[in-house]
Amino acid sequence: MKILVTAKRVEDPESKIKVKPDGSGIVQEGLKYKINPFDEIGVEEGLRLVAKHTGEVVVVSIGGKEVQEQLRHALAMGAHRAVWVNHTGPLDQLGIAALIQKVAEKEKPDLVILGKQSIDDDQNQVGQYLAEFLGWGQATFASKVESLESAEEKNKEPAVKLTADKKAVQVVREVDNGLATLECQLPAVVTTDLRLNQPRYASLPGIMKAKSKPIEELTPEKLGVNVTPQIQVLKLASPPARKAGIKVPDVATLVDKLRNEAKVV
Amino acid sequence: MPIVLIVAEQQPDGHLRKASLNAIGAGKQLADKAGAELHIAILGKDPAKVVDELKTTGAKAVHVGAAAELEHYLAETYAPVLSTLATELKADYVGMASTAQGKDLMPRLAARLKAAMATDITGLNGSGADITFTRPMWAGNVFAEVKLTTPVKVFTVRATEFAAAAGGQAAAEVKTFAPKIEASKTKFVEFKEVKSARPELTEARVVISGGRGTKGDFKEIEALADDLGAAVGASRAVCDAGWVPNDLQVGQTGKVVAPALYIAAGISGAIQHLAGMKSSKTIVAINKDAEAPIFQVADYGIVADLFKVLPELRAELQKLK
Ligand SMILES: Cc1cc2nc3c(=O)[nH]c(=O)nc-3n(C[C@H](O)[C@H](O)[C@H](O)COP(=O)(O)OP(=O)(O)OC[C@H]3O[C@@H](n4cnc5c(N)ncnc54)[C@H](O)[C@@H]3O)c2cc1C
Ligand SMILES: Cc1cc2nc3c(=O)[nH]c(=O)nc-3n(C[C@H](O)[C@H](O)[C@H](O)COP(=O)(O)OP(=O)(O)OC[C@H]3O[C@@H](n4cnc5c(N)ncnc54)[C@H](O)[C@@H]3O)c2cc1C
Repeated sequence: MKILVTAKRVEDPESKIKVKPDGSGIVQEGLKYKINPFDEIGVEEGLRLVAKHTGEVVVVSIGGKEVQEQLRHALAMGAHRAVWVNHTGPLDQLGIAALIQKVAEKEKPDLVILGKQSIDDDQNQVGQYLAEFLGWGQATFASKVESLESAEEKNKEPAVKLTADKKAVQVVREVDNGLATLECQLPAVVTTDLRLNQPRYASLPGIMKAKSKPIEELTPEKLGVNVTPQIQVLKLASPPARKAGIKVPDVATLVDKLRNEAKVV
Repeated sequence: MPIVLIVAEQQPDGHLRKASLNAIGAGKQLADKAGAELHIAILGKDPAKVVDELKTTGAKAVHVGAAAELEHYLAETYAPVLSTLATELKADYVGMASTAQGKDLMPRLAARLKAAMATDITGLNGSGADITFTRPMWAGNVFAEVKLTTPVKVFTVRATEFAAAAGGQAAAEVKTFAPKIEASKTKFVEFKEVKSARPELTEARVVISGGRGTKGDFKEIEALADDLGAAVGASRAVCDAGWVPNDLQVGQTGKVVAPALYIAAGISGAIQHLAGMKSSKTIVAINKDAEAPIFQVADYGIVADLFKVLPELRAELQKLK
């Protein structure tokens, strides 16, 4: 199987995000960057699929030269090759999906795996746009039935299951009130939810090897995509702060407060 | 006149998903600001049951597309039908609640309509042709005002931030149409519903959530929930471990709730969890660790073992009855 996996650069989820006083962006000082956690799960799933069925994992990231760090991270986990779409400046979901579409048309993978959302913009759109642009099936919010502490997980079995004829994948999806299972003909687009797998750590030999793995450089011009954004972020603001509450000494006081102050019981 | 089209959702059990009413509420706000007409669309195998409910929520028209192939929701069959409808109506805005279906379907529909999209909007600003959306980023640490510049604009609605449209209004015109079904490369296999006698997490007046501090023992949480007619929620750590079903996860990447009362037991209060419950009216935190970040958002905190506090809380509440 050939699997294309995206790797977006995002702020470390542990970071404290602060809005600049003029609302033009966030304060960059002191921020650490990582691969989007959902994309790391995508890389892991890709690696498990090719470990089981043979094949190749190609990672792609769009952004300035700093996104090579995220590509190297994926390569150190075990991905085989990387594609870097070099572009600085704003990009919206339409632009991102159009670029990935071109990369997919060039690479002809059996599966494209993306994160269900990026933890900075929280949009949850790119995978679905891409599936429509390509005219492929989609299975969003892919999940694992078993617990992430189960034997299956320890054995690193892929949760995305190839059918016997190898022409489709079965995907279990997290939806409201339960789990839905879909079968998508290949090629298809899958987006990952958190409970798909537990990504591996990059080993030291993995990190060493990653240094010599190839990163191909492309640009929106080379791919023939106009990425003029159709979304304008006008300004950012912090949410209103919640008033600090109090600690109560015992349950009787708590119930009294809930009854007489908050009036909720 | 501009047109706002809101897509309603029928649950597998045939009922209207309640969040659709909040999306209609948002649609009405948008229609007022944009000087537009509000329309509703509903697709399914047999949507008749929900049409009656939708008819009186204040829309100009309800567009009903019924077909056997629409029994099980698939983005690939629903998106083309809605795209055709939106194009024929010349809809300027298409919106839906941020349910699992809304999040799966709207971007695919937007791609088809060559539209830009705003996810999980929490507010609407401006008037006439100059409408902008407010939406959360970075797990609700930032709220952005965004403007979509494509002719058609698509959005999903964070249900907790918009009042549900009330019923009992002048009946809308019901327009049925025959959906043209496109072949899908994806097949529905099965849906395993997690059945619960408790109210739905996103609709409950009281939510009691457990975290890793429960060590997987939810008995006390469930007992208190049953006493209060409350829904049960969980942190991600608990869902990952497989202690409770995934769809109980509250947070940035789970469900967003805003009940009158939210009780967090044995939850540390990571920003990703707070993103899903910070808008609750009253928050109670029960945690052994006085430094746990959850206390920074809790109206009432109690530093103690949850296995001691929860039974005491039940006993005290019983006394009130
Ligand atoms: C302050 C600020 C200002 C902004 N200004 C603008 C603006 O003026 N105009 C504008 O159009 N946009 C702007 N943006 C939006 C930004 O460019 C988004 O990154 C972009 O819209 C993509 O959306 P997303 O990553 O949230 O997509 P999601 O749909 O949440 O991402 C899902 C998945 O798509 C993949 N993916 C997304 N991006 C990439 C990538 N770069 N490389 C590889 N894979 C990727 C990943 O797999 C990811 O998990 C701004 C954002 C901020 C925070
Ligand atoms: C990309 C991403 C997305 C995420 N999305 C979400 C999300 O949507 N929702 C979410 O919840 N998390 C999410 N997380 C995870 C989040 O960062 C935290 O890891 C998680 O919320 C922690 O769960 P917890 O509070 O139950 O566990 P812990 O952080 O382990 O906290 C357990 C708490 O229980 C207390 N405790 C222990 N025993 C007792 C006792 N007997 N009585 C009382 N208190 C006790 C401890 O003092 C501690 O504070 C996400 C993380 C990432 C990276």
